[in-house]
Formats: sequence, structure tokens, C-alpha cells
Amino acid sequence: MNDISMKDALKVVGTRPVRPDGVDKVVGRAQFGGDAAMPGQIFGATVRSPHAHARIKRIDTSKAEAMKGVKAVVTAADFPDIASEEAFVGEGPMNFRDLSRNLMARDKVLYDGHVVAAVAATSNSIARAAAEAVEVEYEVLPHVIDEMEAMADGAPLLHDDIFTGGVEPKPTKPSNVAKRMEFVKGDLDAGFAAADKIVERTYKTAPVHQAYIEPHACVASYNADGQCLVICSSQGQFMVRAYCAKLLGIDISDMRVIPAEIGGGFGGKTLVYLEPLALALSKKSGRPVRMVMDRVDVFRGTGPTSGGTIKVKIGAKNDGTITAADAEIILQAGAYPGSPMGPACMTCFAMYDVENARTVGFDVVSNRPKVAAYRAPGAPISTFATESAMDELAREIGMDPIEFRLKNAAKDGTKALYGPTFQNIGYVETLEAVKTHPNLQAKLGPNQGRGVASGFWFNIGGESSASLAVNEDGTLVLVSGSPDIGGSRASMAMMAAEILGIDVQRIRPIVGDTASVGFTFLTGGSRVTFATGMAVCESANEVVKQLRGRAAKIWEIDEEAVEWRDGAAYPAGDNAGKFEPLTLADIAAKAARTGGPITAKGAVNAQGAGPGFGTHVVDVEVDPETGHVKILRYTASQDVGRAIHPAYVEGQIQGGAVQGIGWALNEEYIYDKDGRLDNGSFLDYRVPVASDLPQIDTVLVEVPNPRHPFGAKGVGEVPIVPPMAAIANAIYDATGVRMTSLPMSPPKLLAAMDAAGK
Amino acid sequence: MAKTHVTCTVNGEETEFLCEPQQTMLDVLRDDLGLTGSKEGCGSGDCGACSVLVDGRLVCSCLMLGSEAEGKEVTTIEGIAQGDHLHPVQSQFLKHAALQCGFCTPGLIVATKALLDANPNPTDEEARYWLAGNLCRCTGYDKILAAVHAAAAEMRGEAA
Amino acid sequence: MYSPTYAAPKTVDEAVGLLANASGAARVLSGGTDLIIQMRSGRLRPELIVDIKKIDGTIGIREEADGWHIGAATPGAVVGEHAGLCAAWPGVTEAVQLIGSTQVQGRASFAGNLCNASPAGDSVPGLVAAGAKAVIVGKNGKREIPVEDVPAGPGKTTLAADEFVYEFIIPKCEGKTGDAYLRFIPRTEMDIAVVGAGVCVTLDANGVCTAAKVSLGAVAPTVLVVPDAAKALIGSKLDQAVLDKVDAAARAIAKPISDKRGTAEYRIKVAGVLARRAAAIAFERALAR
Repeated sequence: MNDISMKDALKVVGTRPVRPDGVDKVVGRAQFGGDAAMPGQIFGATVRSPHAHARIKRIDTSKAEAMKGVKAVVTAADFPDIASEEAFVGEGPMNFRDLSRNLMARDKVLYDGHVVAAVAATSNSIARAAAEAVEVEYEVLPHVIDEMEAMADGAPLLHDDIFTGGVEPKPTKPSNVAKRMEFVKGDLDAGFAAADKIVERTYKTAPVHQAYIEPHACVASYNADGQCLVICSSQGQFMVRAYCAKLLGIDISDMRVIPAEIGGGFGGKTLVYLEPLALALSKKSGRPVRMVMDRVDVFRGTGPTSGGTIKVKIGAKNDGTITAADAEIILQAGAYPGSPMGPACMTCFAMYDVENARTVGFDVVSNRPKVAAYRAPGAPISTFATESAMDELAREIGMDPIEFRLKNAAKDGTKALYGPTFQNIGYVETLEAVKTHPNLQAKLGPNQGRGVASGFWFNIGGESSASLAVNEDGTLVLVSGSPDIGGSRASMAMMAAEILGIDVQRIRPIVGDTASVGFTFLTGGSRVTFATGMAVCESANEVVKQLRGRAAKIWEIDEEAVEWRDGAAYPAGDNAGKFEPLTLADIAAKAARTGGPITAKGAVNAQGAGPGFGTHVVDVEVDPETGHVKILRYTASQDVGRAIHPAYVEGQIQGGAVQGIGWALNEEYIYDKDGRLDNGSFLDYRVPVASDLPQIDTVLVEVPNPRHPFGAKGVGEVPIVPPMAAIANAIYDATGVRMTSLPMSPPKLLAAMDAAGK
Repeated sequence: MAKTHVTCTVNGEETEFLCEPQQTMLDVLRDDLGLTGSKEGCGSGDCGACSVLVDGRLVCSCLMLGSEAEGKEVTTIEGIAQGDHLHPVQSQFLKHAALQCGFCTPGLIVATKALLDANPNPTDEEARYWLAGNLCRCTGYDKILAAVHAAAAEMRGEAA
Repeated sequence: MYSPTYAAPKTVDEAVGLLANASGAARVLSGGTDLIIQMRSGRLRPELIVDIKKIDGTIGIREEADGWHIGAATPGAVVGEHAGLCAAWPGVTEAVQLIGSTQVQGRASFAGNLCNASPAGDSVPGLVAAGAKAVIVGKNGKREIPVEDVPAGPGKTTLAADEFVYEFIIPKCEGKTGDAYLRFIPRTEMDIAVVGAGVCVTLDANGVCTAAKVSLGAVAPTVLVVPDAAKALIGSKLDQAVLDKVDAAARAIAKPISDKRGTAEYRIKVAGVLARRAAAIAFERALAR
């Protein structure tokens, strides 16, 4: 194992090589989900509900089936009626029965865009026409969109079999509240009694979509012998395999999933939508079926993250010590239970060492698409509220917001509200790092303000597999099971190259399909560089061991007497200098005579992913007459453990921060009075464009994670947690108006300024 | 249904195809000509992933009918490199880690080439506005802008 | 299955004939940046698509005795590259270049923007303020009408089924005349105008306004002309009191709806702000002449 304190000794880790999959992507040759094809493929299309809530009375597919070129039509009748069963396949809570009904409605449609049938035909245009020819008769039911309205007595009920979990006594009446959960420590009443100042407010956030630019796409074939092949873009080929097998009643050994390049996911591609439909259509038609969503389907039919209502109360002494912190977090789950209320509850006070604290979460269904994971699921929502309240409290006490956070910051040994005791964390370092940043020395002009906020994400480990094979010429092939969503092939190869002591270009990293590499949990939770990285390091260490063994065999000395350094075997100890060193190529050339192929696998269930902390500082300018907010400067510091490929670490932070800027200022789901999505396009679902933004300055703080061979911590999720509160705090600094509802769009901000007389 | 016969030039090659009257140029490129480098992110001109040059002018191929290509010269991402020699925009995107998932990259490279052909030394603001029609959800645009400026410098013959 | 007919006539007569004889719904295709989206979404299913870009004069800009002639289908990007027109009419030319992205600019045209008849079309208020005329061709020949007379309501125009816009004529920008167009959008690019305001003023040698036209987009079913704002400007050298009157006149005439892009209340307020700001820019430009 490498000594992580020896950063200066690292030759590959910490450098910025060109990614191995790069050229394909800049010349247009990379194969994404929608680019894959199978021989004889036909084209699928979906029929989606125009109603937010309705009973399906009748589906008549005869006209569609009679159309020339139509090869298959499927409805819920073509899928097994799955029993309720918790699934541990994707990111966040999921039930197989709910997922089955989410991708093909049974009996009822629960949101605008819910799929009720799918067709396959010999061309896209025929498939689309056939989808229009499917007749569905609905009995429209009252609907409910807002989570607070869904919780109210007399609200339209989505499911008659949901009884609120986590409350005593067990309810006897069904409810839209699927579950309540609570985390508590210390004595809240005593804590608030000891406070000199208390801030208490209610905040609201809008659901936002991951808005990956690549719509969901797949091609699937269901063979006569029951063997299935799916090529698709997803955050986990093993996740797709597990879900498809379960939902269609197929043995896992009959399901092979080849991961295409993935055009963004951010958590949104951690479950299936099209793949089981394409397989069912393929089974019925006897042809491979290709399905591609269009953008409006992505917005209407796939999971955004929750919107929510968050009540926060925080108390502190005049010296800045937080005495108590309390939050109630009510999250939309969409049509089926499973909002990220757990992580929302666990993360929002995790930056602070608070003796008395509580968070309570509610998971509420309403007539919206079922939520999916989105980058640090839940944390940005609850943290917007708590970090806004922290800013207000700092002002009440008259303390600098960074000093206030430093005063209460979690450190090694701090016990978090959700249980664990932190070790090797770098939160304080992120605060110290921004204090001295040049951006914080910039003077602010009229209508300008500066805001600070911090954020936390657990980061996870889990199961990963990798294999490493030495080629005849001494180059290597590295196969891992993690879809590469942002440059992980580069970091995987770099870690292997560091251990092998060779140039990274000599390792060709690929992402294996489900039949060519061991099980790997999906790409999510900021786990790949940490967990799959550990599997890669394990395989590389094993290859080094084998290489030393082969050299020992060639030299006829003990393996222990062979040292591996700089990509070659050297005789060591008593044998030092007795033989010419053998390079990797030398040993590879002699592999057949020394025992055959040199290969190794790494298989881990990685534990000890170091939690991540970040602090963002933003300067804004508000147009007092229109409410338009311009981001002037943006600084993001984060503890990344060790940056394996710093450019891609910076890229994660910049991308996460900008998604947060979109969440803060303009992104939202807008429904009309009938519960239909009114802004399902990139025209009216406004993600940030290049001209909206300044440079996003990053500060990489490195507090190594001792559980990882090179000290890596996950980095992808933390950066989306602080921006919303940071911007709200900056807007307050600029205008004196406290925005408590996202997005802080121009009409809302102007109305708030007018109401406040500012 | 009657298909339209179209003759045009695609990436320097004379090309003929038959298309349905309502079929977009993007669908023709991807489904009929096998040029899948141009991507569909929205189908409504809001994301720029399908950007191509038509007679040298930057357009969204999803907002153009295949029939309209008659007699035109179309350049797609597949036609930006000269053989195995990458265009400076392509090599600078790689060097500056200006892509994460890579899905928006073809459109951004075509759009950047058009920018630098028209304006060899754009300011940061000019570049950001020119590229505002190319959505990237991964990078926050920072490294893309760095790559654009580096490519501009390289094309002007300045040391990178 | 939906399958339209595509035609690319080479003459006005041929195009008019096609439109006049169409058995079902027909649509004129210029840049296509609205039409193709509407066809794809199923909102529009024309049986006939008449692409007018192959007709002589539909693309390009010429300066003639009666003013600037701009071909109906001239892309915004081509407009933006025309130094003469941009210098003469910065408001008009900046407005058309605000539509969509650089890519959209490669195709989107004044005529498409006008005949799509969205109340929010960015190029329309600028044309109206500048006093531009649309040249309409049809089976009864050619006629010229003020641009503001083309839209009839959201998605509707006053044109007959056999008619289309062939070109625009914008007067020569003579004397101390200056124009400006401002729009408000939540982002910095890529959005539909929440409110748009076009202003054109002409000043005498002393800097006193002798003629003015103010127009607003996205605050009524069609583009609005704001006579009270013009009245306030004429005879003034533009001071704060006049600006306040322009602001008030714009707010008074605005009758917007609340929708996903903004509330009525917000639009009214911003209409005043933008009319006032655009007036100041137009004045500044006129003074600099």
C-alpha cells in the first residue's frame, strides 16, 4: 500500500493527462445510448398520459396494431404484476412494484406523462403515428401537485395502500404521507432556552431536473431462447440488468447489458424507464427495438429531484455558539414513495458540532413524476434552508458568516446527528481557504452582495470490480464495472499506472459489460474514484506481485528478493545488482514461459469513504428594477482528499456549482391548473448558459482519506449543496431581502423587494 | 408517402439521400447517413448538440429539413478534423479537460470552430454569448472557455 | 400518417400559386426555427410547406431610394453582418439578433418571427418603432402594410391564405434619428422575451425630439404601439420627468397575461422600465448622429 503522505513521490496521480476516451468524443465517434444499433432493429415510441391523475378504463390498441409497419404494441398486460418488494439496486429507496408501475401504468395514471402503452414499428415516424393511434379512455380523477396540499386532510389520494410509516400508533387511514423519520440528539428545549438569538423560518424549494443533455436511449433484443441484450446509457449496467431481470421475470444470467457512453446522469440515470419496454416490444415483435426519448418525455416522464417545504429553527449564544438546531423537511416523492428525505435529514446540520439537534422528514406522494436521485440527493434542499438560517443568525449575532461557521465547525471527533464520529475531515480547511482567496478581497459596488454557504455529502463506497491484464508487449488493459460519467477511465488508469510505475498511456481503461467484469454498484454517491479505484489498486498491486514473481522465476531467486519500481523488477537485498532489471515489457514477453498470462482482478466492498465538505462564496449584482441576478464572482473550496486528476476534480466542482446556480435562480417545474407540465423544454426549463456565468474559481483542499490508497474522497456531489443558500445570502447582502423560496427568479425577487419596500 | 431526393455535399463528399418531407437534417445525418456525431438533446434548437455548418453558417440541424439541404455544403463534427489530424479546437478541448460526458462536445466544437473562423480573438464575453446556445450540464463551461481561448491562440499562431 | 408536401418554388408567382391552390393547411417556410418545432410537436400539421428561400430577393439586404429592403427570409446572422444596416438601425438589427442562439440566428428571420405571431417576437417591436413596412405578395399582387398590421393575435396573421411576406422596407435613417430595443429575459440568452420594448426618436439640431415611436412586445396579444409615450418624448430633451412619463405610459397600456414566463404584474412593471431605458438609449444614439 502506498504511503498517502508521500504526495511528492507521486508521478501520475495529481497530473492532468488527456483522457483515454477523449479523441472519440471530440471527433463525434463515441457511441452514446442513442447511437447504438442492432441488426434488423425497429423503433419504439411511448403513449403517455395527458392527465395528472386518472383511472385507465380501456386501452384499444387495434388501430395502432393494424397500421402498416407496426410490429408490436405493449401495455401493462404484457408485464408481470410485480409484488411489493424493496429494491437495493439503484441510488435511494425503490420498490420493484412501484418501478414496474412507474414505467408502465397499471389501472391508474399518476402524473402527466405516465406511460400507458408502447409501440414498435419499422420507422420512427410510423412508431410515432401508431402511438397516437392507441386509444385510451380515462376517468379523470382530482389531482394534487403541491406537497403541503397533498398532506392536507381531504387531499386526493394517489394510493389506497399507503399508510404513513414511522408513526405510532400505526395509522388506519391511507395517506399521501408515505413515511416519517426523525434524527435527534441532546435536549432541544434546553438548547433553545440557552440561546440568545433564535432564527426560525419556513423555506420552499422547487423540483429541479438533472437535465443531462443526452435523453434516455437504448436498443434491446429479446431472443427466442430467452437471452436478452441491452445496449444503453445508464449510471450502472448492473443496475439495468437487475431491474430488467426482475421486472420481466428473466434470469440474471440471460440478461447482458453493454454500457454505452453516457451523456450526463447526475443521478437521473440510476433507474430504468425504456429498457424493459424495449425488451417487451422486442419479445413481442421478434426484432431488436431501439427507443429514444425526446426532451419533453425526459421532463415529463423521468424523475427530477424533490421540491419541498423546510421549517428551520436554529439558536445561538451571542458568542456564536449554536445551542440547538431543528428542521422539519417535507419532500415530494412524486407519484410513488421514495424521496431523499433520509439524506436531507442527515446532511443539513452535518457541517456543525451541535449538541442539541433534531431533523424530521416526511415523504409525500403527489401527481408528479417519481423523483430520481440528483447529485447529493436531498442535501441541497435541506441545506438551502439551514444555511440560509445560519446566515441570518450570523447577522443577528453580528458575526462574520465564515467566523460563525468556524466557531461551530465539525472537526475530527465530532459526532454527527446521524450517528458517526467524523475522522480525517477537512471542513475547517475549506473555510480557511476561502478567507484568503482574492475574490473575497474584491470591493462590492451598489446593488452588489456577497454570500457564503457550506455543504456536506457522505460519499459512499460499496461493491466494485476491476480486472487488469498485461498484454504481450507490456501494455495493459484495465476493465472496470463503473460507467464513466465524467472522466473516471482516466483516473482509474492513473491509479493503476502509479502503482505499476509506468506511463498512463500504456494502460487502456475500458468500462466492461455485465458479462465481462464482476458486479459493480452503479456510478453514484461519488463512489467511483474511491471504491472502484480501490478495486483497480487491488488489481494493480496483484499484477505487481505477479510481475515480481515472474522476475524471481527468471532470475531463479525468491519473490521477496525482487523489488518493483519505476515499471521494472530489480533484484534487491543480497541480490541487488546481480541481474539486469526486467521491465514490464521484458516480463510480458516471457509470460508464456513463466506461467502464462499475467492478469489480476480486484473486487471490493469498499468502506470508509471520507465525507466531503465544501464552502462556496458568491458575489451577485441585483437589478433593482427587474429582479435580475447576475453572478459576478464565484469561489468554491472543497476537501477532495486527494485529487487524482485535478482537472476533472475542478470540473466536478464547477459543474456542480453551476447546477446549483440554475437551481437557485431559474430552474423549476411549472404545472398548469390541470396538473400538466407547462415548461417541459430547454426553452422554458432554464438551465444556465455560458453567458450567464463568470469563471467558477475552485480551491482544492486536500485532507487525505486514509482508507483509500491515494487518499481520495468522493468529490462529485458536495458542490451542488452550498450554491442555493450562498446566492440567497448574497441577494440579502445586496438588497436586504431574505428570499426563502426557490427559484429566486426575477418576478419573485422583484415582488419580494417591492413587498419589503426595497 | 413520397420521399424527396436530395443531393448535397457532406463533409466534402457529394452525398445523395431520400428523406421524408418532415424529416429534419439531424435525423437524416444520424439515421440515414450514419453520422451520429451530431446529437439530439432537445429537437427544438435550445441545446445546440446538433450544431452543424451549412454553407459555412452555424445552424441547428434539428431546425432544418433534410429537403432544405439540396445543393448545400454541410459540415458536421465528423468533418472537422483533417484525417487523423485534430483541429486545434478539438485538441485544446482534450488538453483543457473541457468535456466530462462528451455529449454536448460535438456541437460545442462545431460552434467554436464557427466562432473562431469569424472572430479569431474573441473576448470571454463574446465567446460566452456565441456559445450560449450550446448547453453543457457537466462542466459549468469554465474549462470550455479556457479551451476556446487556447484554440484561438493556437490558430492565431501564438504559443499556447 | 402525417406526411406533408415540401415545395421550394423559384418565383413569387409559383409560390403564390402553390399557396392559393393548396387543398389543406399550408405554411410558408423561411428559417424554420418555429415551424419545424411546431410540426414536430404536432401543434401544426401543414399539408404543404412552401420554402420561399429559393425565390430571388427573399434573402439579402439592399439600400434603395425608398429605404432598406430586407428579404423576408434573411437570417439574423446575415443582418448582423451588414455594417450599413447595423449602423443605421442598431435597435432593429440588435433585436433580430436576440432571437435564440447563434445557431438559431443562422436561420431565423424577420418574416418568420413576425408571422409566427407570438406576442413576444423579439424583432417585431424594433421594426414597428422604426416605422418598417412589410411587403406582402399574393394572387392580387403586392401591397405594403405597417409591420404592426401583420399580426392578428397569438399565432394568427392578417395575411390571406395565398399571401406571404416577401420583404421589409425600413426607411432610411435620416437626420438625428436613433433607435433601441431592449427585452427582459431571466437568463442572458436563449429565452423568449418576458417583455420587449422598442423606441425610435428623431431630434432636431438642438436635441429636441421631433418624432418618436414606442412599441412593446409580450404585454398584449399583439405588438403594441404606445402613443402616450411618444407624446411624452416629442418636444422634450429627455429628462427624468419625461422618462417617468414614458414609463407610466408603457405601464398604462400593457395588458399582459400571467404565464410560465412571468406574472402580469411583473410584466407591467418591467414594460415601464424597459421603455424608459430604451428611450434613453435611443436618445443617446440620436444625439450622437
